[in-house]
Amino acid sequence: MPRPHSNQSYEKARDFKGAIKRLFHELNIYKTLIVIAFTLAILGSILSILAPNRLSNLTDEISAGLVINQEHMEILTKKATENLSEDKLKEILPELLSPNLSEENIMNIMRDNDISQEDKNKFQNILNKLTDGNSEESFKDLSNLPNNILEKIFTETKYEGKTITTKDKINLINLSEDTKDINLSKNLQEVLFTEVTIDGIKVSSQDQYKYVKTLSSIDKNADETELYKKLDTMPKSIRQVIEPVMNMDKIKSITLLLVCMYLVSAIFTYIQSICMTDVANKFANNLRSRISVKINKLPLKYFDKHQVGDILSRITNDVDMIAQSMNQSLASLVSSITLFLGSIIMMFVTNWILAITAIVSSLIGFVGMAAILKKSQKYFIQRQTELGNLNGHIEEIYSGLNVVKTYNGKEEASQKFDEFNNKVCQSNKKSQFLSGLMQPIMAFIGNFGYVAVCIVGAMLTMNGQISFGVIVAFITYVRLFTNPLSQIAQATTSLQSTAAASERVFDFIDEAEMSNQESLTKHLDKKDVKGYIDFEDVVFKYDGNDHPTIKDFTAHAKPGQKVAIVGPTGAGKTTMVNLLMKFYDINSGDIKIDGVSTKELTRENIHELFTMVLQDTWLFEGTIKENIVYNRTHVSDERVREVCKEVGLDHFIRTLSKGYDTVLSDNESVSAGQRQLLTIARGMIDESPFLILDEATSNVDTRTEELVQTAMDKLTEGKTSFIIAHRLSTIKNADLILVMKEGNIVEQGNHEQLMKQNGFYANLYNSQFEQ
Amino acid sequence: MLKLLRNLTKKEWLYAIFCIILIIGQVWLELKIPDYMSEITVLVQTEGSKMSDIILNGGYMILCALGSLIFAVGAGYFAAYIASEFSKNTRKEIFDKVQNLDTEEIKAFQTSSLITRTTNDVTQIEMLIAMGLQLLVKAPITAIWAITKILNKGWQWSIITGIAVLILLGVIIILMIIVIPRFKIVQKLIDKINGIARENLTGIRVVRAFNAEKYQEKKFDKVNDKLTNLQLFNQKKFAIMMPVMYLIMYGLTLSIYFIGAGMIQNSILADKITIFGNMIVFSSYAMQVIMSFLMLAMIFMMIPRAEVSAKRINEVLDTKQKIIPGSFEGDTKEKGTVEFKNVSFKYPDADEYVLENISFKVNQGETIAFIGSTGSGKSTLINLVPRFYDATEGEVLIDGINVKDYKFEALNNKLGYIPQKAVMFAGSVNYNISYGDNGKGEKSQTKIKEAAKVAQADEFIEKMDDKYETHIAQGGTNVSGGQKQRLAIARAIARDPEIYIFDDSFSALDYKTDAVLRKELKKYTKNATSLIVAQRIGTIMNADKIVVLDSGKCVGMGTHKELLKNCEVYKQIALSQLSKEELENA
Repeated sequence: MPRPHSNQSYEKARDFKGAIKRLFHELNIYKTLIVIAFTLAILGSILSILAPNRLSNLTDEISAGLVINQEHMEILTKKATENLSEDKLKEILPELLSPNLSEENIMNIMRDNDISQEDKNKFQNILNKLTDGNSEESFKDLSNLPNNILEKIFTETKYEGKTITTKDKINLINLSEDTKDINLSKNLQEVLFTEVTIDGIKVSSQDQYKYVKTLSSIDKNADETELYKKLDTMPKSIRQVIEPVMNMDKIKSITLLLVCMYLVSAIFTYIQSICMTDVANKFANNLRSRISVKINKLPLKYFDKHQVGDILSRITNDVDMIAQSMNQSLASLVSSITLFLGSIIMMFVTNWILAITAIVSSLIGFVGMAAILKKSQKYFIQRQTELGNLNGHIEEIYSGLNVVKTYNGKEEASQKFDEFNNKVCQSNKKSQFLSGLMQPIMAFIGNFGYVAVCIVGAMLTMNGQISFGVIVAFITYVRLFTNPLSQIAQATTSLQSTAAASERVFDFIDEAEMSNQESLTKHLDKKDVKGYIDFEDVVFKYDGNDHPTIKDFTAHAKPGQKVAIVGPTGAGKTTMVNLLMKFYDINSGDIKIDGVSTKELTRENIHELFTMVLQDTWLFEGTIKENIVYNRTHVSDERVREVCKEVGLDHFIRTLSKGYDTVLSDNESVSAGQRQLLTIARGMIDESPFLILDEATSNVDTRTEELVQTAMDKLTEGKTSFIIAHRLSTIKNADLILVMKEGNIVEQGNHEQLMKQNGFYANLYNSQFEQ
Repeated sequence: MLKLLRNLTKKEWLYAIFCIILIIGQVWLELKIPDYMSEITVLVQTEGSKMSDIILNGGYMILCALGSLIFAVGAGYFAAYIASEFSKNTRKEIFDKVQNLDTEEIKAFQTSSLITRTTNDVTQIEMLIAMGLQLLVKAPITAIWAITKILNKGWQWSIITGIAVLILLGVIIILMIIVIPRFKIVQKLIDKINGIARENLTGIRVVRAFNAEKYQEKKFDKVNDKLTNLQLFNQKKFAIMMPVMYLIMYGLTLSIYFIGAGMIQNSILADKITIFGNMIVFSSYAMQVIMSFLMLAMIFMMIPRAEVSAKRINEVLDTKQKIIPGSFEGDTKEKGTVEFKNVSFKYPDADEYVLENISFKVNQGETIAFIGSTGSGKSTLINLVPRFYDATEGEVLIDGINVKDYKFEALNNKLGYIPQKAVMFAGSVNYNISYGDNGKGEKSQTKIKEAAKVAQADEFIEKMDDKYETHIAQGGTNVSGGQKQRLAIARAIARDPEIYIFDDSFSALDYKTDAVLRKELKKYTKNATSLIVAQRIGTIMNADKIVVLDSGKCVGMGTHKELLKNCEVYKQIALSQLSKEELENA
């Protein structure tokens, strides 16, 4: 039975597994392409999973450029301050200071009146100590002496070629452990600080001096920024030593690697989607073509039960659905699953604590989302049904608008419309709202996961368990992990409708075909057929009917005879056509052509023997010539014109702008009567011994009707004709009249015989002229 | 398109404002998130940061995310509300408009097109409002806001982001230019494939009778292959889209990092951490900018489609009703009379008259028939009575009053119109027969059965499963043509009209039913006037008056016998249908 289409895309398959299995079985011919696509999808996903780790390495490398080189700084500090250590000083001080302690100088000091006695005593003490050989202490003691003494002791001397002034010497003596207020002259700096080389960088004496001086000026409680600011003022060599070093080469190589990975991954995606596009479209092409072939293999009874729209929607909607989901969902399902599993594995490999954090925090969101999805599905179906109802109503009212208007039905129609419209609006609001929620919720889950990973990650970083790069990598993993979940959800819903669609398509393709004709070997050549048709005890019953439509029917038509089939509307006159043409198989009895049972002839052979002109003029979009020639080959233009002349169409056709090449579409340039004539012309092209004719009832204007009549009469010449008759003159002239009522042949004979019987036929005939 | 927005009520505009405010709030919070992100990054990066600080900032970030979620939910609610209400109101407006459209305009639009305009076209715009309203507001705000946030953070990054956006837009535009015209062809090919399959299905007997199966299959395959190739071309071009997007996104992040590395390297120590923080923030804002442009591009893909729909809807809404009802609804002196006074009719833009100078009068209880070849104007003539068209010149009088002076309802209450193609409504047989309102209250079951009996429908209705309660499918697909026609006639009879209008309503009936029906009808409606258009002489030969039309002119008027004698056209028609002796015998 025809299915409702309004909610097609939400329809569920009867047997999801079976449908999908069947689908894959059908896809077997494209195995290579699909395998390639799937492999590439998996590889691409693996690349996307590996990339975050490289990105985290990159971040690590970059962040290595943020923190000062502690190691170097320690070495530098050690080396620089070593120069000012007591041991070092003790070693060089005697020579450096080379105090002038000559007798003469001492005498001078002692005699100097400007120097207090107390100081002189002090000086004397020191001198004594010096002679005792305790020079170490005494240098320190010297610093206690007033400047006027010291100035006299420390005369300007040279050390290692550099002039050391008196002032320098005093300064040096006063040099304390605390380097805070250190202030050395350039020469002293050079003498005291020996140049060092750290990691290949030479740090001059002066730079070392500056370093020590600046470093000591920093408050012990100052934070790092303060330190960094001070460090920025340091001489270049110092900065070089302690500044963070980024391994630019490494950064470059990681970047390059990442570029390659992204590129390869992009190319994979591209090839993969091209493969799937190929498969999807070729498969769709194949399905469409199979449906088209199938249409012509089905017994006519199939079409009694199925609507044209239903079959058409399989060709377009259903096949499209399958193609679309193969193009989009199938590969994305594969890559999503790979991403999902891969990112879980990678997360656990990288750090299990963070992995659990990421998964748990995302899962909370997904539970909520699943609930919403389920609910919105319900509203979607509801919306689709309501919309279907509304559309149905609109269609009904619009197509019957004249009746609605003249029967004052507008108000009622409006009321009904409002009712449907409101229902659509209500379910619309809900479904739109819920489906709009997906995206923000996804974003929230992403952010939530981010924070969770950051916090737990920070804790781990502080404990030194992981590097910062790991957090960066995890942030990406959270995204890689959450995205595929929603994609998988989407793909499975689309797989659901795909299963339903492919079920419908394959149901059609698997439909039982007409009986096999291979065993039929008899053939009647239409040139040799004389024209006998014999019905012998024919019994025919439509499927699903309880009673046979035609019961024990026997009749004989001789060559050239006209058989009229008459009866009221719906009496089953077309059944006769169906049986003659072997559109349906009879249940028992036999129909014989020239004595040969039609059961022993192929349908094609029988069709060859008949010319059939039906009342519903079937023309297709194409030129007039194409419509007349139809599927026959080797029909000359002359023959076409000849036939058209015969039916009286030639003149009309030539008045058309393009003559025989005029394209017939739904425009009104060709009237109903002319259409009828065209179908007659089509039937006339071939000569055949039998004719089936369905007379036009009405809707044809008088003059054309005359033409049609003449054409039909010509068509019947020399043929055994079966005419579904409406015109009394045809009926009266018939050699045999078959009178049908409610599907049965109730009377047969010629006009006079039947009138004498005074039965159904007579009644029918008389009613026409009853006063 | 903007014109259609007038369909929004004040409440919906208010909601739209709410929605915009919520979206701005959402964007504000969304853009705050990267700030906290960078804060967290710096904290994690810096030694000696306190855990509590990280948790605090993380908490803020989650609050922001939650806030933006709540705002988004709110905005989504308002957007769904506005879109649904909009589509409801627009549909209603179109429906009301179509109900009042003149027959001429309906013909011009075509019924099927009017149906799609009321359904699909509205849905198309509804979708744009539901998604577009949010995106259209959100994307530019996000883009601009994000750009201002990052503009002063490093010109190198800004330039690279700008380039990324340009490439993105470039790719989209080029793809659009290549693919969109081909999309239209695809649509046409799909229609064509449908057409060929339909042709095969509707003509299945002919196809088989001519052994033309292979011919049809070949024809189908030709279009099928063409469609497939075009689809392949389009989709293969589109396959570039995803990888390019992917490359742009990741490429941008990578570039920002790489440039950032150089910047950090060259900066003074004190700035390094700040730059690093900026780098992280920038890359996330840059993503926002790219995403906004992507969203904008998506909307711009949606807009042209919606624009076309809006145009089609407006075409309907802007159509002016030309046939305006009058105000008369009182009692008339005459009953059941129809008079045409020098009536001429032509279509507004046409030069030639369809009807020229027609005059006649029928009195109560009489039957008048119209006959003539196709295009002679007989259907048009009777269409002037229920005012499907208005006479261009002259007057059409019913019960002595011009049809233009009647209120529609009052005029319709006098008429029982049966179209050539019977119209069925989804519902029971009862519903179909008692359909409409004749100003005389509900129709009783007896009345319905009576009408069905007269229309020769009772017999088959009684044979149906649920008799008068049997459900008739939409369009009457579960009853035959003749049955439909009889139900339609029963419907008219149940109205008890003064005047019946049969517009070729008997052609689907066989001779016998036709004859019996007319006889019964005559008996049942002695006082009713009948206007009959027919092709069959048999149907009309007993009419009191027959009007013979030829090319819009009246070429004969009188009874069957009179016309046979003095009207050549009538004689021709009669002879083509009946034999000479039959005509004489009758």
